Amino acid sequence: MSNPLLARYAECIFWLARQVERAENLARIIEVQETFARNRSGNRDWSSIVQLNADEDNFAEKHSVANAGNVIRFYVTDGDNPNSIKTAIRNARENARALRPLVSTEMWVALNVFYNRLNAIDEREVAPGSLSPLLEEIKQGCETFTGITEGTFYRDQAWYFYRLGRYIERADQTTRLLDSKYYVLMRDADIANLVNTGQWMALLRAASGYHAFRLLHQGDLTPWRVAAFLLFNPSFPRSVLLCVKEVDTAFTGLKSRYNLRGGNDVAEGLDQLRSILGTRSIDEVLASGLHEFIDFIQRYLNAITERLGAAFFGHPPVETPAWPDADQWPPFAADLQTQAQA
Amino acid sequence: MGDFVLDRYDPGGFYCEMLRCAATAEIRDRLGRMAIDEFRRRAAGAEQALYNLGITFTVYTDSQAIDRILPFDSIPRVLPADEWDQIERGVIQRVTALNLLLEDLYNAQKILKDGLLPEDLILGNPNWRPLMRGLKVPHKAYVNICGTDIIRDEQGVFRVLEDNARTPSGVSYVIENRHMMLRAFPDLADGIGLRSVEDYGIKLVSAMRDIAPGNSTGDNANPEIVLLSPGTYNSAYFEHVFLAREMGVPLVEGRDLFVDNDRVYMRTTAGRARVDVIYRRINDDFLDPEAFRPDSMLGVPGLMRAYFAGNVALANAVGTGVCDDKAVYAYMPRIIRYYLGEDPIIENVQTNICREKASLAYTLDNLDRLVVKPVGEAGGYGITIGPRASRAELDECRAKLIDDPANYISQPCIGLSVSPTLIDGHVEPRHVDLRPFAITGESTWVLPGGLTRVALRRGSLVVNSSQGGGSKDTWVLE
Repeated sequence: MSNPLLARYAECIFWLARQVERAENLARIIEVQETFARNRSGNRDWSSIVQLNADEDNFAEKHSVANAGNVIRFYVTDGDNPNSIKTAIRNARENARALRPLVSTEMWVALNVFYNRLNAIDEREVAPGSLSPLLEEIKQGCETFTGITEGTFYRDQAWYFYRLGRYIERADQTTRLLDSKYYVLMRDADIANLVNTGQWMALLRAASGYHAFRLLHQGDLTPWRVAAFLLFNPSFPRSVLLCVKEVDTAFTGLKSRYNLRGGNDVAEGLDQLRSILGTRSIDEVLASGLHEFIDFIQRYLNAITERLGAAFFGHPPVETPAWPDADQWPPFAADLQTQAQA
Repeated sequence: MGDFVLDRYDPGGFYCEMLRCAATAEIRDRLGRMAIDEFRRRAAGAEQALYNLGITFTVYTDSQAIDRILPFDSIPRVLPADEWDQIERGVIQRVTALNLLLEDLYNAQKILKDGLLPEDLILGNPNWRPLMRGLKVPHKAYVNICGTDIIRDEQGVFRVLEDNARTPSGVSYVIENRHMMLRAFPDLADGIGLRSVEDYGIKLVSAMRDIAPGNSTGDNANPEIVLLSPGTYNSAYFEHVFLAREMGVPLVEGRDLFVDNDRVYMRTTAGRARVDVIYRRINDDFLDPEAFRPDSMLGVPGLMRAYFAGNVALANAVGTGVCDDKAVYAYMPRIIRYYLGEDPIIENVQTNICREKASLAYTLDNLDRLVVKPVGEAGGYGITIGPRASRAELDECRAKLIDDPANYISQPCIGLSVSPTLIDGHVEPRHVDLRPFAITGESTWVLPGGLTRVALRRGSLVVNSSQGGGSKDTWVLE
């Protein structure tokens, strides 16, 4: 017999995991942008991060120019921005506070100390050009929490919800990381500019995938290989395919071990998504649009989250029962383009 | 500089908890051999650890939540075995009398018929809950968790200052302070025969099982127990977390619970799950918007229906607030004699009940020497300390007394005992009190120790955390 888990706790731990994962990936995205910006031929336009997070309106309310300083402050230290690192960790800590009866003391202390550190960041640390040590520290703070969780969190129902949150968010964030440099990379790929291999490497490094990629492809570094690696590699811990498999494993374990009745639609959706990720080739994806494919995956992950909420967090049933339809993709993507142009 | 911890300590004219008796000699010796710089360093480390652990209470301002730790003083307050024996017996006697009083008040009301307590004091009390009339409470244990505030006067005599029979808080500090002391000062505690405070959670669960519906008939071997908190924004939230963890039970909020067909359920990932016992840290009037305040967002609609149907137990029972206010306090020695035929093992502070003519006259004649307290306030608010009050304050107090004498009691101004306390790097005497915690299911158990609160301001007699108080570890010796 295992203990019952409050629906509210399940939701809190799911989002706690997502928020920490999100903070880590925001640091990664800013890191890759900063590396690009340092490169002579690199992209100095920081607005892509704003677009990536669909924050154009919020950003415009505070800043007139999307320069390095403004964007960095907006995403690192701005406590009013719901999508900043600081907000993510504050929310994670609020969730942890609600979860204190459940999480280990070490998890709580780590998050508490990390949050106090973020509150104490001073202006010099976020100056463009000297940001790397801080980003490194933020990544480490998140990874430390993840490691402590792995080592101290009781393997009960809550652990499964934690894993669901962590891997759904990681999959989503990897697609965003790839998307963040997609236009630049595709444009440059056309002219096969050698200088740009540096930017590819930066992207892989930000995803902690550079060495693994090298093991797989000695020498030959092309945009589609990087995209394929981040999307479909079955062994890279941040690839979308691996993350979705982890979500599936956690979900199956949760259902069978705790005899939970709800969420059959989630299982069905995960099946479909795995099969899509397992059968598409990178050529197909590129031919019909990488950005559109990424968008499709993000929609899918959102739909899974919604259904988890209805099945386990006590949310009302999802009103649109249909999944984003894989058969409609790429036509589905074409629709989107039409809408965007309209 | 070779200063040691107790070198410059002088308790003045007060009764000192540390210097007074042979039983504390060993601890005095150890402190006497510890350099004050070393002590300071370790004490600072202990405070930082409390902060990192988030053993805090939360102060909310307009824009953000600030977590503060309850200031912690590293010099322990020590109680020898014989003194603890008196406290333990005295607290058990007191809790027993309180439960007998409540059982009587909500049923036969013999004590009112016998004229021992003025009827209006009970029936007109804001904490009187008429809907509790006739309800059978398991083991007649209304007050399952009680905190008894005890002080010591100039002669070293223990006296009860207040009963806390609603939702007393502070026990988490007792246990966390001990953890902290044993980590930071293992050499101070080693081998002196310190009684453990680790059992609190187990005893609490055991009492909650005692009062579970179906317990007496053996129908419910594994009752589901929960702790009901107002939520993360409550200033005592960390204590709620602490207790839920120590008990190994879910910490729920009102929105996690619902009532269906007079049974209480919690919302879980697997659907609804029955709840049998609720240790509630929410006041009576917020428990159930159907029965009490309709605007309460913290409670559970229908909870009282389930309670009266006998489908759920609440700890403490509803309506205990009628027995722990300052007006009823004044009658406690008489109440103990009435129900138990015994003298109080721990005396009250001598108390003048201003609703009684002679007492009012005495109070008005001696205003500058007495402490006057409104009966309905908690947390040290509304008190006039005669010897420290200005002319104008005394006049104001006099006017209030004449206007509404029944709302006041008066007591002599007691010079509370002191304990050496680290203040800005020096050791100075500070006044202390003691709140032992008693748990009652089938029987009553008292945690050996209790919360020693210390008034950190020089000369202050007010130990409440809301008014600049801190805490110390309380060491009961074997």
